[in-house]
Amino acid sequence: MEFSIKKRARHSYQQIKAENFFRRALIIIALVMVVLVLGIFLTLIIESIPSLKSLGIKYLWGKTWDPVNNVYGAYPFLVGTLLTSFLALIISIPFSFAIAIYLGEYNPKGWLSNFLKNTVELIAAVPSVIYGFWGVMVLVPIVREIEIKMEILPYGIGIFTSALILAVMIIPYAASLGREMIKMVPSPLKEGAYSLGATRYEVIKNIILPYSKSGLLAGVLLSLGRALGETMAVTMVIGNTSLMPTSIFSPGNTMASVIANEFTEADHTVYLSALIELGLVLFLVTVVINIIGKSIIKRFTKE
Amino acid sequence: MNPKVKYRVGKSKMVQAFIVMLAFLITLPLLAIILYIFKEGITKINWTFLTHLPKPVGESGGGIANALIGSIILVFVAAVIAIPIAILCGIYLSEHKHGKLAYWSRLCVDVLQGVPSIVTGIVVYFWIVKPLGTFSALSGSIALAIMMLPIMIRSTEETLKMIPFSLQEAGLALGLPYHKVILRIVLPCGVSGILSGIMLSIARVAGETAPLLFTAFGNPFLNTNIRKPMQSLPLLIYNYATSPYDDWHDLAWGAALILLFTVLLLNIITKITTRKWNIQL
Repeated sequence: MEFSIKKRARHSYQQIKAENFFRRALIIIALVMVVLVLGIFLTLIIESIPSLKSLGIKYLWGKTWDPVNNVYGAYPFLVGTLLTSFLALIISIPFSFAIAIYLGEYNPKGWLSNFLKNTVELIAAVPSVIYGFWGVMVLVPIVREIEIKMEILPYGIGIFTSALILAVMIIPYAASLGREMIKMVPSPLKEGAYSLGATRYEVIKNIILPYSKSGLLAGVLLSLGRALGETMAVTMVIGNTSLMPTSIFSPGNTMASVIANEFTEADHTVYLSALIELGLVLFLVTVVINIIGKSIIKRFTKE
Repeated sequence: MNPKVKYRVGKSKMVQAFIVMLAFLITLPLLAIILYIFKEGITKINWTFLTHLPKPVGESGGGIANALIGSIILVFVAAVIAIPIAILCGIYLSEHKHGKLAYWSRLCVDVLQGVPSIVTGIVVYFWIVKPLGTFSALSGSIALAIMMLPIMIRSTEETLKMIPFSLQEAGLALGLPYHKVILRIVLPCGVSGILSGIMLSIARVAGETAPLLFTAFGNPFLNTNIRKPMQSLPLLIYNYATSPYDDWHDLAWGAALILLFTVLLLNIITKITTRKWNIQL
């Protein structure tokens, strides 16, 4: 009798130990996430110290990038990144908002809207290297034809082509978020407008869009974050030149594509560190954009 | 009808037609890509293509066996690393809805989801490749695992949040220790949601190239040692597609077809299972 009590006590002691171990493991893993992100941030800062020291802040405004002569200026890449991303955003917004309005308001149920919804999700699933490959083989010749017709230098590759591919790639992000936001517009508001004699278009313009505008903005921000960090598809079609882009049809480079191209070739500390500093800028910008976007969504869904 | 009303109704109809047209234009690029890759790729795929190594420049033929095996190993190791971490973190976040650590942890998962893949590649290069002194498949898998984490954590958290708390209470009331309640009662109830999160994240990283450029690096030969550089399908497509040789383009088309269909298939399977079990992701 005494023996079995002891045994039971030992058993429950072990259970409690296991329980505590499990709780602690959960806390440690949750901490690991924080450590991981801080670690990424710190690694980028530490590794870009040589370039921060020797090039200073004017690195970001330097107009020439010439690793052979040890001259580093990131301005062409900043311009390239901003041009491709914003061009892609401008091209994609009409489409993503149209999809959001169609799926959220005109036709939220049924096989046709299911088909469109799945198509949009599959567009997000296609690997970016495949977009790049398709872009090189199909889109570049088409753009070259257009450029010949417009009587400008027919590169084919360049900022415009990358923006086209990027636009297709980022449509799903703004579209699916926008759909959720438009679905959340309370129907009493819409019914009120209809009962006052508003047409469908007037309801969309005066009720739905104003009500969901912060949510739509968040979707646009998230797709901007995607566009800024997208590497492979852009690297394959942008042309990879460190010269300052002169028009939207000229070849260029983005921050991500220059890292992808030159990281393994960088043979001295400052060169490598200058590339990592680009990575740091990219990291900070995308993190800020994502946090703003997510907090807008959070506030919107709480209301 | 009053002409003004007629005009407004007409305008509304016009706008609707315009929006429907814009919305359905999105199917064109997807169809164009799938059909073109199918057309170019299907003629290249045969038994030799799947079982042989790439031939050197100038010789036609050859296959992508090294990339196929490499991709499978890379993704498998990444999943083995990421799954336990993601599930434990998902449990923590669903169990602690409020609280400081949960808030910061959740924020970091959000941040991690937005980190450009090339940045992950750089960081893993300094964490693993540089100390070990060689590019390796292991470092590639770690980079992929970091990218898998946010999707898996989110799906685990969202699934476990929906499981009624009374289930947990019943287990605790029977005197079960906490870890058994979570691992034997709560987790099995949410297994379908967690599995679909895992499949979705595998589908996403299977096509990632950027984080592998400075980690797994690529390898023209067959390699199954995870401490050595390894080829993968997306890396092979990138390297061969940007090369000037037609034979290599042929290999890249075949590889692109295999990669595209694997990824799309994984996504469709996930979609069907989530609909069948009524999971919200």
